[in-house]
Amino acid sequence: MARHIVAALAEIPSGSQKLVHVEGRSIAVFNVNGELFGISDTCPHQGGSLAAGATVGLTTSTEPGKFCHSRPGEFIRCPWHSWEFDLRTGKSWCDPRKFRARPYDLSVESGETLVAGPYVAETFGVSVEDQYIVVEL
Amino acid sequence: MSISDAIDCDIHPGVPTIKALLPYMNDYWREAFIARGQDNFQPASYLPNSPIACRPDWRDGDAIPGSNFDLLQKHALDGFGARFAICNVLYGGSFTISETMGAAICSAVNDWVRAEWLARDPRLRASIVVPSQNPRLAVEEIERLAGDRRFVQVLMPVALDMMLGKQHYWPIFEAATRHDLPIGLHAGSLYRYAPTTNGWPSHYLQDYVSNNHAFESQLLSLIFQGVFVKFPELKIVLIESGVTWLPGFLWRARKTWRAVRPEVPWVDESPIDIVRRHVRLTAQPIDAPGDPAVLERVLDQIGSDDMLLFATDYPHWQFDADRVLPEGVPARLVEKMARDNPLATYPRLRETIQ
Amino acid sequence: MSAVDQVLERQVQGDTRFQLVDCDIHPSLKHKKALHPYLEKHWRDHLDAYGSLAHCVYAGRGGPYPRFTPETARRDAWPPNGNPPGSDLEFMQVQHLDAHNVKFGILQPIVGANNARNTDLSAALCTATNDWQVDEFTSKDKRLKASIHIGAEDAELAVEEIERRAGDRNFAQIQLGSRSVEPIGRKRYWPIFEAAERNDMPIGFHVGGPSPYAPSPSGWPDYYIEDHHVLTHSAHAQVASMILEGVFELFPKLRIVMIEAGFAWVPSLGWRLDNHWRKMRSETPRCKRPPSEYLRQNVWFTTQPAEEPERREELRLLFDLIGFDRMMFATDYPHWDFDDPQRAIVMPMTPAERQMLFHDNAMNFYANLD
Repeated sequence: MARHIVAALAEIPSGSQKLVHVEGRSIAVFNVNGELFGISDTCPHQGGSLAAGATVGLTTSTEPGKFCHSRPGEFIRCPWHSWEFDLRTGKSWCDPRKFRARPYDLSVESGETLVAGPYVAETFGVSVEDQYIVVEL
Repeated sequence: MSISDAIDCDIHPGVPTIKALLPYMNDYWREAFIARGQDNFQPASYLPNSPIACRPDWRDGDAIPGSNFDLLQKHALDGFGARFAICNVLYGGSFTISETMGAAICSAVNDWVRAEWLARDPRLRASIVVPSQNPRLAVEEIERLAGDRRFVQVLMPVALDMMLGKQHYWPIFEAATRHDLPIGLHAGSLYRYAPTTNGWPSHYLQDYVSNNHAFESQLLSLIFQGVFVKFPELKIVLIESGVTWLPGFLWRARKTWRAVRPEVPWVDESPIDIVRRHVRLTAQPIDAPGDPAVLERVLDQIGSDDMLLFATDYPHWQFDADRVLPEGVPARLVEKMARDNPLATYPRLRETIQ
Repeated sequence: MSAVDQVLERQVQGDTRFQLVDCDIHPSLKHKKALHPYLEKHWRDHLDAYGSLAHCVYAGRGGPYPRFTPETARRDAWPPNGNPPGSDLEFMQVQHLDAHNVKFGILQPIVGANNARNTDLSAALCTATNDWQVDEFTSKDKRLKASIHIGAEDAELAVEEIERRAGDRNFAQIQLGSRSVEPIGRKRYWPIFEAAERNDMPIGFHVGGPSPYAPSPSGWPDYYIEDHHVLTHSAHAQVASMILEGVFELFPKLRIVMIEAGFAWVPSLGWRLDNHWRKMRSETPRCKRPPSEYLRQNVWFTTQPAEEPERREELRLLFDLIGFDRMMFATDYPHWDFDDPQRAIVMPMTPAERQMLFHDNAMNFYANLD
């Protein structure tokens, strides 16, 4: 297991998302109201890049004709066939047992801490003043 | 393949002329039909003289197919050794533009069936024909007859004034489930809309074959308007819909639902599971391939042995001699189609034999 | 992942750079007036004032059923310049043609040209659409082939347009919608079939088009989830109409492809037609043989949107029943229900069958792919 820096926090402000690559893996990173989520980028259906999808809320219903909307921004809709995935678990909404995107635990650490090591920064240097998104693999 | 003691889920007594129904009408309507000289309310979606309307060896001269009780008894009941047979009358009341005339004809048909068919053979059961053109009148008719447990189903043509899942029709579903009556949808159209989305075909043959467009779109409407969420006990029986189109329909329905289900969030399970739970099909016609092995595989794709119901579709011409079912229907399924599935589908049949 | 899935997965991954003929790519207009340069002034003025009146409930948009994504497109198909998906050749090249090793791609314009109720306007828009495809796409990238887009409702003008383009190697097929104002086998449309056969041009029916009728024989469904599904019935109806009206007896060399209608419906439609034709053939004297024989002889299918059976082997059965030589792969790029060449058709295939599906069948079927 090693800690990998995937992005500077400032690169993915609230309401945005980014595709990152760590050790050959593609991870879609989302910032939903300050909370960070990471799931594997490849849609398990036909391979669309989830990082290119639209984040949406969860639509449910109590009875026909009634729409309930909750958890704004916490689901990603695949850019191709619109399958929804829960950013907290990576599970698809339509068939959560069979289709899921692997979730990754992300944390935010200060450059100061990271400089002390050990960590792996594949594409950029680390500045002690900034904050970084880190995944442990 | 000959099957004895089966429950035949689709036979068609024929209304010979409007005169046969007049004794079952009130004074107003009796006078109206006579004074106006109106007859011939056979639906155009089942042309009575077309080959499919009657098997050649079951024809009775120029008589309306199915209108002779003795022949129906001989061919359908004795001929196939039926334990029960469900009478589905296709006649003008279900098709009229006028709601009130439709209701009058439907009521007369139901009373005619009761007096001249059910009363004459204990093996016969019937569907309540209703004027779907006005759901309030349809419910009145269901309420009027529900006490007679020989009526086991509510019957409507499959292509109606509007899509069946709309709330407009929900009172009919409410009454039907309350009275343990499945809704039977029979091939046929009120012709309020073109039989295909490309308009009116030149040929009756294409109209008939295109019935599965109506069956498929009505199933989608029932599923996606949430009818089965609202009425979890509701059973829909597709009658004379054909069978082999079903697997492809299910696959496409699931694929589309997985993509755009937030449009109809009350549908929170796969349409395939919903159809398997709520929908039954009479297995006449099956529209089978020539190769029995392929038929067996297609039937297996349906993924449930509970869905098909045995039917002869008498007197319609769907098969010859006693080959009711094509080769390729596995024996275990024939058993279920002939008895278990009809009993599970029709609660009122079940109570009869208990 | 089951053992079978793993094997299939490896099989696909081991063979990723096959040459692809993509039978359904949608070019789109950069902006609403992108066809104006190809139209006479009076039509430009007409469009500015009245738009193109179709059979639709809204003034400013296409179909009556609001789609699920902007421009019905994949969300990742918007070019960086912000123009609509499918409008930017350079981006299409990078994202699709190069990435998927596309040898030829058949353009299927859906730009509202063939569904204008005013058939003179429709003919002008179709001519403009055809000029535009050449200008913007096929003249700039030889991998792309245009469709002769025609409005079927005025067959005379449609035939003029076919004749105008038939010798032009930029065009690979004649394109019609799967919806029409009357069933397409009827006599008023025969001149189109005659011209197609005479010029040895295949006809592709892409789902959609100018029907004034409801999507269902029971009227108008509420939801896009329903309309998107029943769209396929228009393809069933066109196939049945051509067969029963005797179009393939009159024009036996006609090659038809049904595009974007899926294909799981095809075997059962053949069985159903045969079963009932056997009893009622006296009604359709121009249909001389069991309908499924014409289906097998004259009709091809693109695969998208490929149905997804619960068991993958059932996909294979469909190919066997329809005929491997009749199936042609299509992506529908850049639309949302895109089928990925590597992932959409996952089933056991021999290398020869794979070659037929992704390449050979389309090479043989279409005009001017060489």
